[in-house]
Amino acid sequence: MSTPADNAPAAHSAGAEESRPSLAALLLDPSFWADWASVVGLVGLVIVFGIAQPVFLSVANLQALLLAAAILVVLSIGQTFVIATSGIDLSLAAAVMLGAIILGLVNAAGYGIVIACVLAVLATSAVGFLNGLIITAGKIPDFVVTLGTLSGITGLGLILSGGEPTMVGSTFLLRLASGSFGPFGYPVWVAIAAVIVAHIALYHTRFGVHLLATGGQTESAGALGIRTDRVKIAAYTISGLCAGIAAILLVARIGSAEPQINTSLLLNSVAAVVLGGVSLFGGRASILGPAIGALMLTALVNGLTLLNVSAFYQPLAVGAIVVLAALIMRYQK
Amino acid sequence: MSAPHHIPATEAIIACEGLSKHFGGIRAFTDVAFQARRGEVTAVIGDNGAGKSTLIRSLVGVHQPDAGNLFFDGRARPFANPDEARKAGIETVHQNLALIDELTVAQNLFLNREIVRRIGPFAFLDRKAMKREARSMLSRLSINVPSINQRVRRLSGGQRQAISICRAVGSGAKLVVMDEPTAALGVQETANVEALIRRLREQSVSVILVSHNFDQVRRLSDQIWVMRAGKMAATVRASETSGNELVALVTGAA
Repeated sequence: MSTPADNAPAAHSAGAEESRPSLAALLLDPSFWADWASVVGLVGLVIVFGIAQPVFLSVANLQALLLAAAILVVLSIGQTFVIATSGIDLSLAAAVMLGAIILGLVNAAGYGIVIACVLAVLATSAVGFLNGLIITAGKIPDFVVTLGTLSGITGLGLILSGGEPTMVGSTFLLRLASGSFGPFGYPVWVAIAAVIVAHIALYHTRFGVHLLATGGQTESAGALGIRTDRVKIAAYTISGLCAGIAAILLVARIGSAEPQINTSLLLNSVAAVVLGGVSLFGGRASILGPAIGALMLTALVNGLTLLNVSAFYQPLAVGAIVVLAALIMRYQK
Repeated sequence: MSAPHHIPATEAIIACEGLSKHFGGIRAFTDVAFQARRGEVTAVIGDNGAGKSTLIRSLVGVHQPDAGNLFFDGRARPFANPDEARKAGIETVHQNLALIDELTVAQNLFLNREIVRRIGPFAFLDRKAMKREARSMLSRLSINVPSINQRVRRLSGGQRQAISICRAVGSGAKLVVMDEPTAALGVQETANVEALIRRLREQSVSVILVSHNFDQVRRLSDQIWVMRAGKMAATVRASETSGNELVALVTGAA
């Protein structure tokens, strides 16, 4: 569909007819490391964990790792679209919780699981749409708005659920969580499909270019006739949509809808985007980068667990890596 | 000299008469008559605050004139916003709002008028066609950039200006408006952009050029309009005037 160069900025995406920097020059260029931080990090972790604990490289563990990464990959894609517009979606994990609760309640009320899933996705997409609408129409910073919706929909989720988890005993979801096709479980395929669709949307449609233009320089994009408000609303709606898909995967995985926010999902979604070389100032983004960033963060937790490192150290490791990645990003050209 | 000689309407790509604009109690310009001929470079000069930028912005829909008539391409056309002006065929090369730094040269040239291929209900970017077309747009105007896949951020001010002009011309605009296109450029870059404007003139692109560099205006334009204190003070053929005369007209010493 496209070359890997699609995900790397100008220096590396120059066409064949233009001169390419030599390999040595490339390796000495900090910008190269910044662009490929997530890939380099993932390869490095695989090597280190593979040597320290050979079980890490077993097929069973790698399959489990991919399965565990699926939800984060989907969320990172949603976060990428928002960050590409130089915004941020802090309500992402709360939207997942709301989606899960709606899924559980609709299912418990006796409607089919398909209707429950569709309503969950619609609800989270509506949250995203609302975020975008308030940010653009109200001209309020994204940070404040999504922090507000984070709190608002957390409350809504608690009210709806009464603070109680709802069991979801659905064969459809059970099969989604545990079944597999070829080498990968279904959730992994869902994540792969999301990556492909998002990649095409970002690189092969007018929307993608307009998204990057809006994130790069909103005023200039507006002066050239791009309706930047609509683009931003669409980005937040996509983020909400991804939260809905993640909610389905989450409920399938744990078998119930919990009125509880997994804050590490939010932080890790932002971390994966940063690791993926997406500029927090907007205007430059890729889908493969954040997806690999999400894989890397999952591999980190997985490897540390295999090495019997206490779970208490894991957030510390994630935090250190994200700050390190952000530092390297400064060398991005 | 100071009475604007009238050009037949068919020859004017844009014309206005009795145009006035004030902001609150401050009059930007009053009762201005102005015309730009098809296929010519028309310059508007004047001191800072003479009203030239506001006049130009009123022509392309950024400001709404309070009184007067505006004709574009033979029709009465007041533009409610820059988008309408653009759709009618006026492209403005903005001083600072021209390009998106993070996008490539080719992406910038086709921003918001991307070439797409339709597959069923979906439209996908035809990047090959856009790159090919971008190369030919740039070579038609002899614009040199290292690569059309380069991010605009890494280009010099002159290259950026050249690309924004190329973008405006390449859209098939009937009239290209440039507000101080060389204001922020160095000597060599200014020379390059001037060479580009000369090529536009050879290709009979209609251009309105706002400047306060009198030598540049005499080098580049066919007709020069002089504004002074919110009025259109004079209009002269560039070939029939001298730098001293322009200074006199701008300062009001004539």
